Amino acid sequence: MSDISTSTPLLRVDGLCKSYGSTRVVDGVSFAIAPGECLGVIGPNGAGKTTTIRMCLGLTVPDAGSIDYRMPGAGGPLSMPRDALAIKRHLGVVSQFDTLDPDFNCAENLRVYGRYFGIARAVLDQRIPQLLEFSALGHKAGAKPAELSGGMKRRLSLARALVNAPSLLLLDEPTTGLDPQARHLMWERLQRLVQGGTSILLTTHFMDEAERLCARLIVLDHGRKIAEGAPRALIAEHLEREVVEVYGAGAQALQHDARLARLAERVEVSGETVFFYTRDAHPLLDALLERPDLRTLHRPANLEDLFLKLTGRQIREDA
Amino acid sequence: MSERMRPPSLWRPPELSRAWWPVFLRNLLVWRKLAIPSLVGNIAEPLMWLVAFGYGMGALVGHIAVDGTPVPYILFLASGSICMSAMNAASFEALYSAFSRMHVQKTWEGIMNTPVGLDSVLLAELLWAGFKALFTVTAILLVMLALGISHAPKLLVAWPVLLCVGVMFSAIALIFNALAKGYDFFTYYFTLVLTPQMFLSGVFFPREQLPPLVHALSDWLPLTNAVELVRPLFMDRWPEHALRHGLVLVATTTVAFWVALALTRRRFKA
Repeated sequence: MSDISTSTPLLRVDGLCKSYGSTRVVDGVSFAIAPGECLGVIGPNGAGKTTTIRMCLGLTVPDAGSIDYRMPGAGGPLSMPRDALAIKRHLGVVSQFDTLDPDFNCAENLRVYGRYFGIARAVLDQRIPQLLEFSALGHKAGAKPAELSGGMKRRLSLARALVNAPSLLLLDEPTTGLDPQARHLMWERLQRLVQGGTSILLTTHFMDEAERLCARLIVLDHGRKIAEGAPRALIAEHLEREVVEVYGAGAQALQHDARLARLAERVEVSGETVFFYTRDAHPLLDALLERPDLRTLHRPANLEDLFLKLTGRQIREDA
Repeated sequence: MSERMRPPSLWRPPELSRAWWPVFLRNLLVWRKLAIPSLVGNIAEPLMWLVAFGYGMGALVGHIAVDGTPVPYILFLASGSICMSAMNAASFEALYSAFSRMHVQKTWEGIMNTPVGLDSVLLAELLWAGFKALFTVTAILLVMLALGISHAPKLLVAWPVLLCVGVMFSAIALIFNALAKGYDFFTYYFTLVLTPQMFLSGVFFPREQLPPLVHALSDWLPLTNAVELVRPLFMDRWPEHALRHGLVLVATTTVAFWVALALTRRRFKA
C-alpha cells in the first residue's frame, strides 16, 4: 500500500456511489492502482463489481464520487466520465462476454479494432502479427471467431484489447467458462503483461486466479469495500493458518463435538462438510484418527476461505 | 471531491467527430464480402415490381398526367418506386442489420470501449444505411437507363436526392431500432409505417385519386415529399416546390436522428 501513496496512481477512484431505483449497487467504493500493478476486485454475484468497472469505463455515470486517471503520455490528469474518449485511448478492455466481429478473421478483427483508435496502417501491419503471436493465435490469423475454441476467443479478445498498447487493462471475469488448460494459458499471458509493466484491473470470482495474478485485492460485498490488501496478508489477517475439512456420513455431527471444537479456533459447516480453522492442525488430526469412517483434508487456509468468511456461505443468485 | 453528479441530458446535442468513419468502414468491409448476393436480393424485387406493373399495368393504363403533362405509366412508376426502394433498403439496414450489430453481436459495445462514442456509432449507422440505399438505387437506375425508361440528364440530380431520402428513412428507422426488444418488433414498423406510405405517397397511382382528407394528410408523409422531388427529375423538369419538399426531408432527418439518438442513449444509459 505504501507504494500507492508515494507514486502517483494510474487510476484513483474515490467515494464511488451508484443506485438503481432504491437499490445501492455501489456504496462509497475507493481504491487506486499504481503503475505496473495488478489489482483484483473480488466479490459474490451482485456485489457491484461490474457496475464499478462500467463506471471506470465511463459507460455508467456515477451518482457520486470521482474517477481520475493519470496516464503516461496523456498529458495531465483526466476524469471520467468527462474525458471518456481521451481516457479510452489508453485503456484496453476485455468484457465479460466476447464482442468479437463474427464476419472478420482474427487478423481483420485486430485491424478493424485498431482503426477505432486511429492507429496508422503501418503500425498495425507491424503490431498485428506480434499480438497474434503473443496470444498463441499465430496459426489462426485467417480463422473466424466461430472456428475458434472458447479459450482462443478470449485470447483474441485480449489481443484486441492490447492493440492500442494500453497503460491499463480492465478485465471483467477474463477466464469464466474456460477449461483449465485455457485458463492457465490466459494466466500465463496476463502474468507476462504485468511483468512487462502493464497495469491491470481484474474482476473475478475465481480465488485461485486472484491469488495468482493480483498483487493486491479489494473485496466488495453489497456494494461496499469490506477488505483490501495483498492476498497472503489478507489471509494472515483474517484467518487461522490451517484448515481441516471433514466430510462423509455423520460428519455434520462433529460440529457439536466439544472435544474437537476445543482444538479449533473456528468451526463452520457447509453442506455435508465441516471446516475446522486452526493455528495448528496436528492435535485435531490425531483426534480425528478415531473416526476412520470420515474423510479428512488438511490444507493451508486460502483466499476462498477468506472470501467465504467475509461474504458468507449463502448462495447469491440475485445478480 | 465527491460532488453529486447528474447524468447528462439525453437530449444534449450530438457529439460528432470523424470517429464515425472507422465504424462506417467496418460495415463496408463486412458488406464487401457479401456484396454480390446482396445486390441480387436488393434489386431483383424492385425490378420485378417495375417490369410486371410497369409493362403489364402500363399497357392498360397508358399515360398518366403529371402536372398536366402526360407521361407513360412505366416512367410514372419507375420514378416513384425508386424512392420506395431507397426507403426499403435504408429501413431494412437500419432495423435488422443495425439491431444485429447493436443487440445480438454486441459490436457497438466493443466499439464503445474505444475512443468512439455512442453518438459517432449512431451517425455511422445513419450514413451506412443511407449508403446502402444509394447502392440499391444506383443499381436500379442503371437498369432503368438500360431499359430506356428515362434518359433525362436531371437524373444526375435525382441521385444525391435519393441518398438524402435513404438517410431520412434510416434516421426514422433508428428510432425503432432504439426501442426494439427483438426482430419481431420490426414487422409492425414495416406493415404499419412503411406499407401505408407505399400506397399513399403516389408511388403506384396519382395522389389525386385519394379522398381529400387522406390526400391532405399524405402531403406530410416523408415518402410523398421524396416522390414529389424525384419524379419531375425523371421527366427532366425541376420540381415545382423543391424548397418545401427539401426542407421536409432535412427537418424530418434532423428531428428523427435526434430522437433516435436520445432513445439510443437511454437504451445504453449513456
